[in-house]
Amino acid sequence: MSSETKQILTTDGIPLEVSLKKAEKKNKIKAFLLVAPLLLFLIITYVFPIGEMFSRSIDDKMITNMLPKTFKEMEKWDGQELPSEEVFTAFYYDFKVLVEKQEHGKLGQRLNKEKNGFNSITKKLFRQVKRKKIDESTSIKKQIMKVHKRWRNVEYWQAIKRTAPPYTMSKYLKGMDMYYAADGSIAQVEEDRRIHRILWLRTLEIAFFVTLFCFLMGYPIAHLLATLPMKYSNLLMICVLLPFWTSLLVRTASWMILLQQQGVVNDFFVMIGLVADDNRPEMMYNKVGTYVAMTQILLPFMVLPLYSVMKTISPSLMRAGKSLGGTPFVAFWKVYFPLTIPGIGAGCLLVFILAIGYYITPALVGGASGTLISNQIAFHMKQTLDWSFASAMGLMLLSGVLVIYWIYNKLVGVDNIKLG
Amino acid sequence: MSKNPEFVKFDKVDKSYDGKVLVVKDLQLDIAEGEFITMLGPSGSGKTTCLMMLAGFETPTHGEILLDGNIISNIPPHKRGIGMVFQNYALFPHMTVYENLAFPLRVRKVEKNEIDKKVDKALSMVSLSGFETRMPAQLSGGQQQRVAVARALVFDPAVVLMDEPLGALDKNLRESMQYEIKHIHESIGVTVVYVTHDQSEALTMSNRIAVFNDGKVQQLSDPAELYEKPVNSFVAEFIGENNTFNGEVVDIANDKCKVKLANSEILANPISVKSKGEKTTVSLRPERALINPTDKMDNMFTGKIEEVIYHGDHTRVRLNLLGSSEFILKVPNSTSNLELKVSQDINIGWDSTDARALDPK
Repeated sequence: MSSETKQILTTDGIPLEVSLKKAEKKNKIKAFLLVAPLLLFLIITYVFPIGEMFSRSIDDKMITNMLPKTFKEMEKWDGQELPSEEVFTAFYYDFKVLVEKQEHGKLGQRLNKEKNGFNSITKKLFRQVKRKKIDESTSIKKQIMKVHKRWRNVEYWQAIKRTAPPYTMSKYLKGMDMYYAADGSIAQVEEDRRIHRILWLRTLEIAFFVTLFCFLMGYPIAHLLATLPMKYSNLLMICVLLPFWTSLLVRTASWMILLQQQGVVNDFFVMIGLVADDNRPEMMYNKVGTYVAMTQILLPFMVLPLYSVMKTISPSLMRAGKSLGGTPFVAFWKVYFPLTIPGIGAGCLLVFILAIGYYITPALVGGASGTLISNQIAFHMKQTLDWSFASAMGLMLLSGVLVIYWIYNKLVGVDNIKLG
Repeated sequence: MSKNPEFVKFDKVDKSYDGKVLVVKDLQLDIAEGEFITMLGPSGSGKTTCLMMLAGFETPTHGEILLDGNIISNIPPHKRGIGMVFQNYALFPHMTVYENLAFPLRVRKVEKNEIDKKVDKALSMVSLSGFETRMPAQLSGGQQQRVAVARALVFDPAVVLMDEPLGALDKNLRESMQYEIKHIHESIGVTVVYVTHDQSEALTMSNRIAVFNDGKVQQLSDPAELYEKPVNSFVAEFIGENNTFNGEVVDIANDKCKVKLANSEILANPISVKSKGEKTTVSLRPERALINPTDKMDNMFTGKIEEVIYHGDHTRVRLNLLGSSEFILKVPNSTSNLELKVSQDINIGWDSTDARALDPK
C-alpha cells in the first residue's frame, strides 16, 4: 500500500468529495432559501431596531457637529484655566456659521442641559454676532469675554469640552439616577430625586413576586392537568388557556371592574362582613392591583411548560418512591419535584422576563405605586419625547433580562429548560 | 425455619373501578413464605390489579388482604415494607445507581456505613458492582432491570412484587434474566409475587402459578401440573400448545369416557365432565401424540399431512385428522429415519389419559 491516501472517484471520475459537496450544496441553498424570509424578518424587526436604539441611546453628535473647529483647538487645551485665543477664535467662527444657519438656539438649549446659564449667554453672543459687533481683526477672546462674565468663567468652557465626544453614556447614567459632574466624574442625584432606582427595584420586586405567585398557583394546576383523565384535563386546559383567547385589554379592564372600591370583590367582602362598607380597601391603583392582574395574565406561561414536563414523568416513579418506603411527601420532594425542575425553570424564566417588561396592565391598574420601568420608558417616548433616554432604559432592561438568563444558565443550565 | 403457608392471604377480595364491572372476583389466594408465585393471565384479567392491591396502590372494594396475619388494607404503601419492580423499571432518572439503591435505606434512616455495605451487596448480587456512579440513562435495558431488582431487594423486604419486569427486554436477555431472578430468589429466600402474561416465563421461574382470567383464578398449581393437567379449557388453551376436539360425552366409566365427535369417537380422560350427554372440549398436547404408535395406545387414527414446518430442534406437522385440519404434531428431529411429506397418510396414536375432557369452549 502506498502511504498517500488515494482519492476516491465516482463512476464519472469526479472526486467523491467534490461530488458530495455539489450534491449537498443544492440542499443547503434550498434550506437557506426556506429560512431566508424569517431571517430577513428578524433582521428588520429585531436586529435593526435594537441597533438603532443603541446608537440613539449613546448618540451625542449634535454639538460635535456644530462646533468642529472649537473641539479641534480644544484638544490642545488642558482644561484647567481659560482656553487660549485660538479656541475662542475657533468657537467664534463655528458660532458664526450656526448663526447663519439659525441653529444657535439649539446649541444654547443643548449646552444649557450641560450647565445652567448657557441659554442666556449664547443669546447675548448671538446679538453681538448678528450686529457684526465683533471685530475679527483684533483679539476675539477679549471681545467674547466682554459679552458676558460667564464667558470668562472656565467652568462654562469645561462644559463645552465635555460635550466634545460624539458618544455619551449620560443617558444610561440618568437611568440609574447618576450624572457626569462638572469635573467629569460620575455623581449621584440627590436622594429625593432618585426616581429611576426606585422603579428598577420595584420592577424587580413585582416581577419576582408575580413569578412566585404564578409558580405557587401554577404548580398544582399543572400537576392536576397532567394526572387527571383526559376528559377532565381537556376541560381544565381550556380554562387555563381561556385568558389567551381574550384580549389583554379586556382582561385588564375586567380586573378594574372587579377590584375597584365599588367593585365586585369589595361588594362581596362587605356582604360577608369582612370589611365595613365605609372602609373598603383599595385593591387597585396600587401594587395589589398589579400583582393580582399580572399573576392572572401570566399564569398560563407558567402552567404550560410545567404541564409539558409533568406529562412526561411516569406515575410509576411516585409509586416506586412510595413502595420503597418514602412517605408521600418524601416521594414528592425527592423524586417528583427534582424531575419538574426543567419545567419550573422554563416557566419562571418566561414569567419573570415577561413580567419585567410588562406595560399595559400596570399602566391601567397600577396607579402611582404600581407602575414599572416600562411605564417610565413609555412616558419618555410619548410625553417628554426624549427617545434617546427611552432607548437607553429599554436597552438596560434588555441587558438585565440577558443577565438573568445568564445567571439561570450558570445555575441550572439552559439545556434543562423545557418549553414544550 | 417454619414457613408460614399463609404469609400473604387474599381473603374474598373483590375489586371494581367503576362500580359496574368486577375486575377481581372473590379472590381467595394463599401465598407461602419464601414462595415464588406467578400470576399469569391475558391483559385485563385482573392480575396487575391484584398486585397493585397488595402493594397498596389500590384498595380492595371488598374483602381483606393479610400479610403475615395482619390486615394491611388500611396501611399506606410506604409502611408495608413490600419491594416492587415496575414494568418500566421506574428507576429515578435524576439519581445515580448508588442513590437509587440508597433511597429506600435513606428514608429508613439507615447509617451511612450500613447503606454502603447493603448497596454493595445488592449490586454484587445482580453482578453490577462498579456501576454505582452511573445514571440510569447510561445503562442498557438489562442493566436497568438488574438495578430495579436490586433496589427492590436492598432493604430486605418480606415480599417482592414484580410487575412484568422483563416485558421490555429482547428474547435472549429475557431468558437469561429469568434464570438470574430465579437464582436470586433461591439464594435469599424472599417471597416473590410475579406478574406476567408470558407463559414460558411463568413456567420457568415459579414454584406455583395462578392462572387468571376474567377476574378469577382459573387454576393454582405448580408448573408441571399446570401444563400436564389443566383443569379447564381456558388453562389448556392458554398454557402451551393444544389440540382440541369438541364433542359430546356418550359413555362414561371410572377414569375413561367416550366422546362422540362429528363423525368418529375418541376415548378421553374425564376431568370436568360427570355424565352422559354433556358437551365437552377434549384437549391433547401435541407432543403426546405419536407417529406409528407401537405400544398399546387406546386411540389410534390415520391422518393426512397438510403441512410440514421445520423448526430446528423439532418439526411441526399439521394433519387432517378426525375432521379437523388443525391437528398439530411435534416431531423431535433426532428421528432422522422419518420421512414426512405433504399429503402422505400416517398413523397417529395417544393415550386416553393424556386426552383431557374439559368444559366446552
